[in-house]
Amino acid sequence: PLSSRCCGPSSSTPAMNCRAEVLEVSVEGRQVEEAMLAVLHTVLLHRSTGKFHYKKEGTYSIGTVGTQDVDCDFIDFAYVRVSSEELDRALRKAVGEFKDALRSSGSDGMGQISLEFYQKKKSRWPFSDECIPWELWTIKVNVVNLANEQERQICREKVGEKLCEKIINIVEVMNRHEYLPKMPTQSEVDNVFDTSLKDVQPYLYKISYQITDSLGTSVTTTMRRLIKDTLAL
Amino acid sequence: AMDTDLSSQDRKDLDKFIKFFALKTVQVIVQARLGEKICTRSSSSPTGSDWFNLAIKDIPEVTHEAKKALAGQLPAVGRSMCVEISLKTSEGDSMELEIWCLEMNEKCDKEIKVSYTVYNRLSLLLKSLLAITRVTPAYRLSRKQGHEYVILYRIYFGEVQLSGLGEGFQTVRVGTVGTPVGTITLSCAYRINLAFMSTRQFERTPPIMGIIIDHFVDRPYPSSSPMHPCNYRAGEDNGAVYPSVEDSQEVCTTSFSTSPPSQCVFTVTKAHFQTPPPVVTDTLKVPVMGLAFSHQLSSSRLSYQPAALGVGSADMGYPVLFAGGLNAAHPHQLIGPGKEGGVPPVPSQPAHGTQADQERMCTPLDGVHYSAATPSSSEDTETVSNSSEGKCGSPHDLLETIFVRKVGAFVNKPINQVTMANLDIPFAMFAPKNVELEDNDPMVNPPASPETESPLQGSLHSEGSSGSSTGNTHDDFVMIDFKPAFSKDDILPMDLGTFYREFQNPPQLSSLSIDIGAQSMAEDLDSLPEKLAVHEKNVKEFDAFVETLQ
Repeated sequence: PLSSRCCGPSSSTPAMNCRAEVLEVSVEGRQVEEAMLAVLHTVLLHRSTGKFHYKKEGTYSIGTVGTQDVDCDFIDFAYVRVSSEELDRALRKAVGEFKDALRSSGSDGMGQISLEFYQKKKSRWPFSDECIPWELWTIKVNVVNLANEQERQICREKVGEKLCEKIINIVEVMNRHEYLPKMPTQSEVDNVFDTSLKDVQPYLYKISYQITDSLGTSVTTTMRRLIKDTLAL
Repeated sequence: AMDTDLSSQDRKDLDKFIKFFALKTVQVIVQARLGEKICTRSSSSPTGSDWFNLAIKDIPEVTHEAKKALAGQLPAVGRSMCVEISLKTSEGDSMELEIWCLEMNEKCDKEIKVSYTVYNRLSLLLKSLLAITRVTPAYRLSRKQGHEYVILYRIYFGEVQLSGLGEGFQTVRVGTVGTPVGTITLSCAYRINLAFMSTRQFERTPPIMGIIIDHFVDRPYPSSSPMHPCNYRAGEDNGAVYPSVEDSQEVCTTSFSTSPPSQCVFTVTKAHFQTPPPVVTDTLKVPVMGLAFSHQLSSSRLSYQPAALGVGSADMGYPVLFAGGLNAAHPHQLIGPGKEGGVPPVPSQPAHGTQADQERMCTPLDGVHYSAATPSSSEDTETVSNSSEGKCGSPHDLLETIFVRKVGAFVNKPINQVTMANLDIPFAMFAPKNVELEDNDPMVNPPASPETESPLQGSLHSEGSSGSSTGNTHDDFVMIDFKPAFSKDDILPMDLGTFYREFQNPPQLSSLSIDIGAQSMAEDLDSLPEKLAVHEKNVKEFDAFVETLQ
């Protein structure tokens, strides 16, 4: 398990070489969780490897990543996620909090959830470790209210189609083969990967969210951060 | 100067990667069109047979078909590997849905490290393929296959043929990986002109047993390579024996080095160890459908332990359906107003004791329900008597509840007028045989109710069933003062008038509105006394039969 909390000030402003992708979805309240999970899991599917096992002479082998299909209940949609209950739980917890915050904010139901991949750079005392983000995914959510069952049925289908487009977008980004952290040595592995899970190894990530208040200003509203290693505490 | 030519080891590795990438690509695509959810486990220790560090099962016949199509070649410029997905209806119409293309172009990336970067990018590309195969329209169609249509696959090698996709087909790119010998591209062209094939048309209907499976055993296809159903279990039927994977599979033991990247230690060895035959069953979740023969359809799918999977599921199919039907039926029968009136008169008999009475109770009550609902009443009676023998807990419980209440409800009636009191039938007074009760009781026989053949029809049926107009019933109904079945302090805390108005027109039971109309229900109910008499005569036989089941 990671021992140190992540570093300094929040990386709400991406570093210079951090690529940022933004996706937008409009969903009904009860679809928020599934839509967010679909996107987050699809990203993490591409950003997780098998567990590394280091051997002598600096070589390592990689474990196997299993996958499974997930059917959505409120959206005509299905997606693939990594077979890791720990990872699924962590994402569900984050998305659940986001959904609750959206609901209780009383705003127009607008917010965004961010998934940031970062690397840790150790600094000498007295400076704390730096977190350098290298990829940031932001999902902007607009919650709509529907009047009747017919509209809901149409929404099921439409949101399903939209999510298909989002998956295609995500895959396009992944396919660009842009910067990925260098494969680390054994001593560096915790600076690049989250090694706390027992079956898979995602890149170090953190999830945060913002609720937009009714004035549309996102700066003043609550900003919460869910840090992977604090979830384990 | 750096040597830009590929070393022979790298070349060998690259060829191997491309070959296994092609095979895994086919597996992912076909498995995504099987119609079931796929699930594989992550494993922190590498097993040595999981190419690209992904748990993708190998269905032997799919590997066989892919190898046959490739015939020892690899995708190269002008020679693409294509997986064609099509739909075939039970009437024989077929339509191409998608063509997945694995192509190679000339754009080379000489700098890239084969055994490290290329390998990892191929792994990433397979993950993208997993994701994309769920978002094209054919995925949803394939999840609903089996009844009116099946999904087929065909692998060919050579030139890509997209003409069968209709006009305006769309393309989605899954991804590319540059290698020193060319760039691998994976994409999908899919038909969008599915207008007449919206998924709504393929809601679950009773499966066409036998037709779909036989279809593909007998008729070879005229096209160059045969089509295969994605969910067809070929193994036993045509006697083909596919070389099991472990004979020819080359094992990839990946070992990466971190220092420095150019010193990659990557070994690919050919191993002949015994791996257990690919078990797809733990990933294929056969849906438990309510009808038993649809289970046979499912278990004939691509499952490698059909005995273990199919039978188990099939066993669940029957009892779940009928038991569920029975237990669900009782609450409607016994609690709802009016339906109990359909209890046929059980000939009065000396009481045998509560248990026997209760058991017998199940039979006529169930008989009432089932003869109306399904044509084959004999089958239902058997099933009913099975369940009445103590297997259905809830009907007994319900009956007991009503027994308790009944004493209070009919307390106003002189006992001798209720000929079936000793059998504790609720609302026994409403049974047709007892004419004087009916005549006196407006709950049973309301005035001015046309088309009423049996007393129970007229009183509390809703519109349409008996033809009695609800308006008339309401207007002509005269409440007289008598101690009604539903008095105030009982289950429903409301006065009789309110109760009556509220429950006067309950909705028709859906089971009663299928093909058989209310008329035939009345006939059935009227004929029940005779049937019951017959059953009474044969009760010893029934009991013996039940014994054999225990």
